[in-house]
Amino acid sequence: MIDAVLLARVQFAFTVTFHILFPAFTIGLASWLAMLEFLWLRTGKPAYESLYRFWVKVFAVSFGMGVVSGIVMSFQFGTNWSVFTEASANVIGPLLGYEVLTAFFLEATFLGIMLFGIGRVPRAVHFFATLMVALGTLLSAFWILAANSWMHTPAGYVYEDGVFYPDSWLAIVFNPSFPYRFAHMVVASYLSTCFIIAGIAASYLLDGRFPRRSGLTLRLAVIFASIVVPLQVVIGDLHGLNTQEHQPIKVAAMEGNWESRTNAPALLFAIPDEAAERNRFEIGIPGLASLILQHDVDGRIAGLTDVPRDERPPVGWVFYSFRVMVGLGLLMLFAAWTGLYHLWRGTLETTRWLLRLFRWMTPAGLIAVLAGWFVTEIGRQPYLVYGMMRTSEGISPVPGASVGTSLALFVLVYGVVFGAGVYYVLKLIRHGPVDVERPAREGEATVRRPLSVPADTIEDPV
Amino acid sequence: MEGDWLPLVWLLLIAFAIFMYVLLDGFVLGIGILFPFAPSDDDRDAMMMSVAPIWDGNETWLVLGVGGLLAVFPIAYAIVLPALYLPFIFMLLGLIFRGIAFEFRFKADKSRPIWDRSFQIGSIVATFFQGVVLGSFVRGFETQGDTFAGGTLDWLTPFGLLVGVALVLGYALLGSTWLIIKAPGKLEDWARHVSVRLLFAVLAAIALISVWVAFLNETIQARWFSLPNFYVLSQVPLATAVTGFLHWYTTRKGYRLAPFVLTMVLFTLGYLGLAISLWPNIVPHEIPYWEAAAHRDTQLFTLIGAIITLPAIFFYTTYSYYVFRGKVQRDLTY
Repeated sequence: MIDAVLLARVQFAFTVTFHILFPAFTIGLASWLAMLEFLWLRTGKPAYESLYRFWVKVFAVSFGMGVVSGIVMSFQFGTNWSVFTEASANVIGPLLGYEVLTAFFLEATFLGIMLFGIGRVPRAVHFFATLMVALGTLLSAFWILAANSWMHTPAGYVYEDGVFYPDSWLAIVFNPSFPYRFAHMVVASYLSTCFIIAGIAASYLLDGRFPRRSGLTLRLAVIFASIVVPLQVVIGDLHGLNTQEHQPIKVAAMEGNWESRTNAPALLFAIPDEAAERNRFEIGIPGLASLILQHDVDGRIAGLTDVPRDERPPVGWVFYSFRVMVGLGLLMLFAAWTGLYHLWRGTLETTRWLLRLFRWMTPAGLIAVLAGWFVTEIGRQPYLVYGMMRTSEGISPVPGASVGTSLALFVLVYGVVFGAGVYYVLKLIRHGPVDVERPAREGEATVRRPLSVPADTIEDPV
Repeated sequence: MEGDWLPLVWLLLIAFAIFMYVLLDGFVLGIGILFPFAPSDDDRDAMMMSVAPIWDGNETWLVLGVGGLLAVFPIAYAIVLPALYLPFIFMLLGLIFRGIAFEFRFKADKSRPIWDRSFQIGSIVATFFQGVVLGSFVRGFETQGDTFAGGTLDWLTPFGLLVGVALVLGYALLGSTWLIIKAPGKLEDWARHVSVRLLFAVLAAIALISVWVAFLNETIQARWFSLPNFYVLSQVPLATAVTGFLHWYTTRKGYRLAPFVLTMVLFTLGYLGLAISLWPNIVPHEIPYWEAAAHRDTQLFTLIGAIITLPAIFFYTTYSYYVFRGKVQRDLTY
């Protein structure tokens, strides 16, 4: 007998992990495009135009992949988690409805004008379209994170006969963890995009390509990161405190803390052993976890053994993912501030080791986002709605074989789609933010090669 | 509760959203279905460009339909989606291949034939399984209380497969009549030629399905053929026949907008026939819409959002169609 619950979980984890990469990137990218277009409108400089036209192509590919993988999500609530949906739809259904009504239509419709409308609508209208796409990405994050946060910290409901009924919409939307999660995720998206932009600019500088445009991009990215990374550290800390208040066992798993205790150490390394309920090879800084979480070295931290085994999340996943996220966060802080120092000294664009660091860190933000989601979602287990409904109770009456078949198909298809998407984004990057070509003569078909990539310089796959 | 206006408003709104999806993504999917049959590669470029700026917004109506169902009729959502698990998964995979083709095709050089195939096969698969979903929906599901209790392959019936094929023809007709409006020169002539042929196939499919539905279920049969219902309801097939004739006439006579509008009328009549057959059940033959509805506060809260946003959505959607009006521009690129 195939374990349908595990398969359904793996399927949701796989499809949502794949999906979240694209919104995380496009939330930041849409705002970056809005800023570039604003600067282009204000200054009329061709550098901003070519940067805009370059990034808008990358945006189109990423957004397209986000859309097609997102539609899958809207069906999965029913195909895989119908019992959960039936129980909670009264409360979270409207949040998803509002996401479609306020965000999806806005993004999708104005995307057409943003991509194809240059020269066809007035420039101010085009800028408005870019702004609406950017606004749409943020509104989308608002509603979906409200729904997700409610599953972590349910509020504003009445529970009767296994069904959640709405009591206060304000309390449902602004549930206790929502403001922190929303701030943490939006800032994470901005930073993911920032490091991708910085990494690509650094790559160009290392290769001696587009030195002025790349220098400009890298300077903007470094200034942004040096302010926003520390801000994210503060937001993350606040989010952690909020989690400790509402989901102390998740925090215990993040810290690898088995026994409730004061003066708890922050573990730099350990191998949690769930069977023995202790850590192996533990290396930690005494009192630091208590200091961070209680702002007092003698503060008491909850332990995993406070609750029975079947109430604990898988510790290893949460513990390691948390360290990956925090580690990358600290690395980003180092890169941003070192970059700021070299910017001040005027050596940012010539310090090759730093450029190489930025190039290596291109995906750092996205990896941190995934690690963060692993922490919070796996940390919520074994619950779907925290404390109220177990994951195993929410599954659809669908046999494991069907879930397994669809999972295999999703892995295969997403592999192909993602491979091709990355390939085309890399192809765009190789081409770079070149000068904008003036419109072709009347009647001359440019549709065949809209990117004007010479076929002899860049090879296609297959 | 029976007689409450609120679930009825929602039933109409969700039926409307799904119908908008069928019409709007229908012609985009239809372009995909017709794609390999176009006379030349330049024509394929033109076909794709005729929908590239608007397809994304069109597809969003599907998310509104399914998201609305989740929010307002969760019991129906929780029965229908597991019951049609595999057809929905296949449809989604089809939509993925269709959707990415828009982004990848124009960035590809040598691999372009792959994305041509991806566009066409994705469109056909998505359409066919939407038809299978519709056909299985009309037949109804085995349920126990509020839960689906049937088998994995219950959807695999001759009737379901027939509706799948019929929808492929129907969307192709929508696509070809859209092309009559948008296509330049010779491609328009080709689209007219194709439209006439497809029209006859679609009318035959409508007739076949109508007869079959009537014998599928006694309730449906009684609804259509009992008196005095018959006098009123027989107007639907009559109107379909008249629309079919007008469609044939206007396509032959060089009208540009009429064939597309008349195809939409054909779809509307088919949708109406479906509604008459199934009323008032949202899970066919089992659960009337008011019994599947969410809590009243949930319906009301969501309705407020819909009332505020839908006019804005109509406004900017119309604007985007207006921006890209007229024959397709071959230099449309970004």
